[in-house]
Parts: sequence; structure tokens; C-alpha cells
Amino acid sequence: MSEYIESNPSGVSIGIVEKQFFTFAEPPDKLKLESLASIGPVTIAYETCGTLNPEKSNVILVLHALSGDSHMAGYYDPKDTKPGWWDIMVGPGKGIDTDKYFVICSNIIGSCAGSTGPSSINPETNKEYGTLFPHITIGDMVEAQKALIDHLKIDSILSLIGGSVGGMQVLEWCVRYPDMVKSAIPLATTTRHSALAIAFNEVARQAIMADPNWNQGHYYSDKKPGMGLAIARMIGHITYLSDESMRLKFGRKLQNRSALSFEFGAEFQVESYLQHQGNKFIERFDANSFLYITKASDYFDLAGQYGSGSLVKAFSKCKSKFLVVSYTSDWLYPTYQSKEMVKAMKKNDLNVSFCEIDAQWGHDAFLLPSERLDELIRGFLRTVFNET
Amino acid sequence: MKPEKLRYDLKIIASWIKPQSKVLGLGCGEGDLLYWLKKEKNVRERGIEIQESKVAKCIEKGVSVLQGDINEEMEDYPDNAFDYAICSQTLQQVYEPSNLIHSMMRVAKMGVVSFPNFGHINVRMHLALTGRAPVTKELPYSWHDTPNIRVLSLNDFKKFSKQVGFKILKSAAINTNNTQRQGKIITFLPNLFATYGIFLIGKE
Repeated sequence: MSEYIESNPSGVSIGIVEKQFFTFAEPPDKLKLESLASIGPVTIAYETCGTLNPEKSNVILVLHALSGDSHMAGYYDPKDTKPGWWDIMVGPGKGIDTDKYFVICSNIIGSCAGSTGPSSINPETNKEYGTLFPHITIGDMVEAQKALIDHLKIDSILSLIGGSVGGMQVLEWCVRYPDMVKSAIPLATTTRHSALAIAFNEVARQAIMADPNWNQGHYYSDKKPGMGLAIARMIGHITYLSDESMRLKFGRKLQNRSALSFEFGAEFQVESYLQHQGNKFIERFDANSFLYITKASDYFDLAGQYGSGSLVKAFSKCKSKFLVVSYTSDWLYPTYQSKEMVKAMKKNDLNVSFCEIDAQWGHDAFLLPSERLDELIRGFLRTVFNET
Repeated sequence: MKPEKLRYDLKIIASWIKPQSKVLGLGCGEGDLLYWLKKEKNVRERGIEIQESKVAKCIEKGVSVLQGDINEEMEDYPDNAFDYAICSQTLQQVYEPSNLIHSMMRVAKMGVVSFPNFGHINVRMHLALTGRAPVTKELPYSWHDTPNIRVLSLNDFKKFSKQVGFKILKSAAINTNNTQRQGKIITFLPNLFATYGIFLIGKE
């Protein structure tokens, strides 16, 4: 997820929002996970924007990516300097118009921004789970969201919208609950990780696990594996950019100096940028959550799980209308991966639209201000809302 | 969009499409025709368009569209997936027109093809009088920058139908005014006086 957005350039924000919590799966009725382990109780942090209409027909579920959280838009406090991570898209009159729609975003299970994850207290030991936390999958994230949606007494979702790992949840939802989902917008995502994507994730995980402070995941009462997590974030950031965006943004420019100084500090701007991103990240993210969520995204394989290897079969129960969006410079989830899902949807006679947005900013483009994406989402949502 | 706002040639095509049918628009541009058919005839529409900005316009107005190459995108559809495949003013820009027609006849029960008539009198006169490659209102490009790499007349298309093996079920030779909102059907020497030809085609 991008860290570029410091302020909100696209007008009015939703304003003050509040993080809410829903706890379920109290033992012995624990949440069964795909790994066959179970966990309980489970708390899910979530935020809502807009108003649920009396027909409950205006529900939009936003699914966040790897390092995101429930704070999609607005501010917790008037003194906050930064709004939620998708404030440019979610708000009054924006692409996802909170004057029209009731928008929900929840923190994924396994994360560290209010939902149950490895940094939560394990009720059996009264200590943080650490690596005793069970492995989770994209499907488990969706099950936890489904529990929240049931709790909110919502039985139909107008649209699911998410990019990257959020897009995987969008697809998983459509396959698991075809009758609940009217439409879906998977952005810059894939139906399964390529070897390239798994490789980058693995290098990032190794960086964390090689940090002496990691201590097999039990570091909560001691020093945190900050260096490892920062390096993991730096690796991630490279995959979110593109050759072109890095050339334009940094080139070979030097940081605060006019000549090479022949040292191992951050001489080039790109080095300084990555270090800055890494250091910012460790203040807000848990290293174990990073391990668990990247694993979940590596495990994700829609065709393998639902189609015995056939993506066409995997989508065969889907009923949703789709808008699939990819970006020209995304080399983490390149356009061909979006086209594969579009092809499988077409073969199932699903109503699918596909647009490849010309953007130089790589995978991260879906989080950056883009009139094109605003208009695509606005138009698509208007159509599905009018058709219901 | 109101019916009167639809371009004249598209109005003719629209009049041939049965309500509630399933329609594939090849090179559908900004989706004007598909949008009109969806609103007025309740068709199930799918478009294919290569240009991102036009794809975006389709999606904004609520037309289902895929960004991509028409030949490639058609491959994924099963036989007879559509009632109609419409190729409006795109045939003359296609590298392999016979492959395109074959694909159209595979994925749809019927096809609609329209194109600017290269046999029109203005075209003939332009070449005859200036000795240079024709540039007309309907074919406004110079030889070096034209997307219209296949120049054909109404008579050429009729001959083509026999060679490729499809039936012409219905045809309209038309002449439009400057705004192209209005026009008329040409019955007298259409290959000479019509600016556009529109054909409804079916399998042999």
C-alpha cells in the first residue's frame, strides 16, 4: 500500500470517522480456519462511511491490501495530519460516493490494526500469539468479513472493491458467496501469485526472520525486529513501483550531496526513499502480521482451490457483474494475469468489463489520484445501483 | 441518449436488432450504439474496444466492455454466444477481414457490418480529377496516415460474401448529412451514390 498520500487532494473528506469493533467466535464456537486450526474469540476492527438505505441495497465493501487497515477515509481526530488510506476515492461526491453508498471496510484477520492477529493476546496463554497464531488464508479473511456482514444484518452487497491482496478477497468473496455479491471490482490483482511474487515475498519474510530480534516470533516484550521489517517493506516497495516510475522519480539523483562520498550510507535518493519508507512502516506494522499476510497471499490460488486447476471452473458459480482493472506498468500483477481472469469470466458468460489503465506508477497506481479510476468506479457503481 | 441523437447509420443498425437479444459490439468506440440498444431495446450488451479512453467512456455510461483486440477477445466466446455481432465502421481497418467475418459468424447467429463506400462518386471523382488518393468527408485521411487500410465498395462486399461464404440477409445503402444525425436510403445506383453500406449477414 502506498505511503505517498500525505494530504487529500480531491476535495471534501468524509470528516471524522470512528473505528468500531466486532467480536465473535467465542470459545467453544471458534472460527474454523482453512488450515483446519481454529481460533477464538476473533475481533474485527471496522469503519463505515455513509448511510445504509432502508432497502439495504447500497452496501459497498472495501477490502484493503497487505498493509492497509479499516481506516479507508476521513480522520479520527481533527488534529490528524493524514486521512485514511483511500480518502481520495471514498467520500462525499467521490468515486465511491458516501452520499449514495454505505461503505464498510474492515481490518483483515491476521493484521495488526485492531483485528485479531499475531500481536493479539492469546486467551490460552495471556500472552501475544506470536507464531502460535494459526496460519490464515484469503478465504479465512473473507469468512471473518462475512461474520461482520451477518452481524450488521446485511444480506446483499452492491459491490466489493479492492486492489492487490484486497482484490484477492474480492474474488474469493464472489466465489464463496455468489448469491450475496451483485458486483465486484478487482483492481491490480491476480487469481494466484506468480513465482516472481512468491519470490519477493519470501525474500521479505527471510529479512524479518533473519533479524536477531525476531526470536521465532516472540518479541513482543522485547526489542522488535525493526530492521528486518524495514527491509521487508523496502523489498515490497520496489515491487510496487516500476522501472519507469523509479527513473522519473529518482533516476540516479543523489541525496543531500553533489558528489559521491564513497560510503555505505544512503547516497542515492532511491536508497534514502526506501529507507524512509522502511522506517515509517515499522512504527505502525507488526512483523509477524507481515509474515502471515504475505503467506496468505502466496497460498491464494482460485483455480487450484475451486476449479481443480481450471479458472473457468472456479468462476462457474459466480453471478456477480465484474469490472476488472489492471495497470500497464504493474509488474507485480501484470495485465496478463487480469486478462486470464477476464477470459475465465467470459467463458462463464459473466458480465465483465475490463480496462487496462495506462499509468507509469506500477502496482501502486491504484492508490494514487486518478481521474480515470474515479470515473470508472463511479460509472460502474451507478449502473449496478440503478439496475438493482 | 435520446434516439434522435444516435448517428443515422447507427439508427439503421439499431432498427434491425431484435429487443432482448444479446449483442456483441466489435470496435464499439465510446459505446453509443450499445448504450442505446441497452436502454431502448433492453439488449444484453458486450463491447470490445482497444483504446483505453474509449473503453473508459463505455464503462462510465454503463456499457459492458472489454479492452482488447477484437480477434483475440472473440476467441474466448463459445459458438453462437450472441444473437448479433456488430462491426460498425471497423471492417475497413482490419488486417484480416475474412478471419474477422468467420469469427463473427462463429460467435453470433447474425452479423452487422458497415463501412464507408469507396465506390462513391466523390471518391471516384477525386481520383479521376486530381490523380491523387481520394480524401472525402467519409474517408478524411491521407494515404499515409489512414487507419482505413482496406478500401472497399458496396459491390466489393457483395463479391466478398460469396468468396468467404456468408449470406447477405438485409442491406442498406445510405447517404448522411454533415452532422451524420440525418440521412437517407439510396436506392438508385447505390454503389455510386451511397456514402455508407450497412449489411445484415448470416451463415450459409
